[in-house]
Amino acid sequence: MRRREPLRFATVGSVDDGKSTLIGRLLHDSKSIFEDQLEHVEAVSKKRGNDYVDLALLTDGLRAEREQGITIDVAYRYFSTPRRSFIIADCPGHIQYTRNMVTGASTVDLATVLIDARHGVVEQTRRHSLLVSLLGVPHLVIAVNKMDLVDYSQDRFDEIREQFTDFAKKLELRDVTFIPISAFRGDNVVDRSANMNWYEGTTYLNHLESVYVASDDNLIDVRFPVQYVIRPHTAEHRDYRGYAGVPAAGTLKPGDEVIVLPSGLSSTIAGIDTYDSLVAGLESVPDAGPGEAVTIRLADDLDVSRGDMICRPHNRPEVTQDLEAMLCWMDSDAPLLPRTIYTMKHTTRTVRAMVTELRYRLDINTMRRDASVTSLSLNEIGRVVMRATEPVFVDDYRLNRHTGSFILIDESTNQTVAGGMVRLTNA
Amino acid sequence: MSSTSTPQLSPLESEAITIFREVASEFERPVLLFSGGKDSIVMLHLARRAFAPARIPFPVMHVDTGHNFPELMEFRDRTVAEFGVELVVASVQASIDAGRVRDVTGPRSSRNQLQTVTLLDAIDEHRFDAVFGGGRRDEERSRAKERIYSHRDEFGQWDPKNQRPELWNLYNARHRRGEHIRVFPLSNWTELDVWQFLRDREVPLPSLYFAHKRLVFSRDSMLMAVDPNVEMLEGEEPFEATVRFRTIGDTTCTAAVESAAFTIDDIVAETSVARITERGATRADDRVSEAGMEDRKRQGYF
Repeated sequence: MRRREPLRFATVGSVDDGKSTLIGRLLHDSKSIFEDQLEHVEAVSKKRGNDYVDLALLTDGLRAEREQGITIDVAYRYFSTPRRSFIIADCPGHIQYTRNMVTGASTVDLATVLIDARHGVVEQTRRHSLLVSLLGVPHLVIAVNKMDLVDYSQDRFDEIREQFTDFAKKLELRDVTFIPISAFRGDNVVDRSANMNWYEGTTYLNHLESVYVASDDNLIDVRFPVQYVIRPHTAEHRDYRGYAGVPAAGTLKPGDEVIVLPSGLSSTIAGIDTYDSLVAGLESVPDAGPGEAVTIRLADDLDVSRGDMICRPHNRPEVTQDLEAMLCWMDSDAPLLPRTIYTMKHTTRTVRAMVTELRYRLDINTMRRDASVTSLSLNEIGRVVMRATEPVFVDDYRLNRHTGSFILIDESTNQTVAGGMVRLTNA
Repeated sequence: MSSTSTPQLSPLESEAITIFREVASEFERPVLLFSGGKDSIVMLHLARRAFAPARIPFPVMHVDTGHNFPELMEFRDRTVAEFGVELVVASVQASIDAGRVRDVTGPRSSRNQLQTVTLLDAIDEHRFDAVFGGGRRDEERSRAKERIYSHRDEFGQWDPKNQRPELWNLYNARHRRGEHIRVFPLSNWTELDVWQFLRDREVPLPSLYFAHKRLVFSRDSMLMAVDPNVEMLEGEEPFEATVRFRTIGDTTCTAAVESAAFTIDDIVAETSVARITERGATRADDRVSEAGMEDRKRQGYF
């Protein structure tokens, strides 16, 4: 058995919808808060004259956040129950900090969108749901929060569910679960609520513990971006030449026929090493799958370097200098301007690239495509055509989050200015 | 897998190894901060795992306050020799002698804060462009906010309100001359993950981490070790207790906890039911204010 990965999940949604409170509640009711942390939160709450313990203070860790009572950047929290361990990315709700939300949501298995039961679906709900959809987060929970403030009304919950479902028709969401909660009162977070007998589903924590993510990895299309070439130059390992990296998809085994891109030269896998297999004197580990940091040896002496990709002869990514993508612009100082050259990081490969055409900007509220725009500014999302200085080896982001994603870096400021998701078909 | 002594690579371990390899690929002069403490020991072992069968392709650096537990120094030197890595020692005493910082005196003084100047001077002197730290996000609330690649300007400052976006596992290594990136491969590990790694990989540790008899005294409801560098106040009486250290900084800012955990299995068991965070229980330096760590980190602290 492979060790089980902690479930990574994000909480997103509009400011004041109660994301930090939900996490505080989850940690508190699952007894994952340490005594000194709770004492600290109690003391600060009291000092501020609150008449209740503000659980949001558990995650708002920066001075500015505590002073302003808002979340600026994503906070990571860790907890485990007997059934599973979790990494939480508590994302900011303000539109101004959307790029930090994207940072938090880009690596998660599940996203929880909070909705204030009094307000229903609002602009940030739509924006964050769209981003979660674009980022290809496999599982979504819509937590309708503050149910205590709408008298735990089933009608209100159903209304919001319809509102969201109607909007989500235009998104690509695979697995959506609706849960009515009150993070403040604790209803349906860890313990079942006595106030909503009409709700027949599971509690939020129970859902997190049982959601099935093992099938989310792409196990078919073998993609191994070469990250680092290991050449010991020692007497003991004079001829050793290994290609270190992590399979982005698929499973590799000794004896597999492979080709190396961009050269297209073929070879077979002679062995796959880890530190433990080397120390034990093993010829190879049995196999390597997505997420496992290994070192591959090939049977033939080829010229392979960082940024190359090992794959199977009859299942290759697109090798191209031209690609289309959905681009999320994240630079507060300058807009995206077509024909500006940026550094592009894609898997372990770094090239330079420019946007040759901005096809449209996506209107978050209406989902309409505005083709009249000539640039993208902070937090805007658009469809672009790009050209790179050298070929990159890409798959559609919806098939592979690793070989379908890239970032752009401004070469004068060194800022990360955009995240891109490759679209290969005309969708 | 059949063998229990070599468990499968865990996802957290793979993530850390990937980060080590990424830095070795993209930076010219990385360095790994190594104090001999448990997190830096895990870091050194992960670095070895990342590059085997080759050697670790960067040096390690100890920022030495001069107020060390002798057991830790002995362990540091033995480990560095065993791994065959180069050790750079950045000395706070040397910074004091050179007039870069003024020493602090008195019963509650600690050179902990002075380390920042020594660290930044050493980064500058050796032109290190990537500095690996063993910091974990579960340790403290401002660390919970920090990126895996954390940019530092030419003053070594962290700007927590304006961090670079960090999407997927695509890390932005670009920086100007004189700036550097702090890199935290253990970002997503918890204290329990660290101990489980140390147990599963049978990693040798300094004796301080295991329960032992020691002369201590009580201060601010913490147990401080009796040590030549720590001046005791009136009313503070030394007594012998069975203690261990959950974290180890220098003698002036690290407290012990009462414990009967004599083996690593005992420690894993004790950690999994601990009700107080390791820094909350043992670090005098984090008790300064509501934002003590954030303020120090902004100035370039670890």
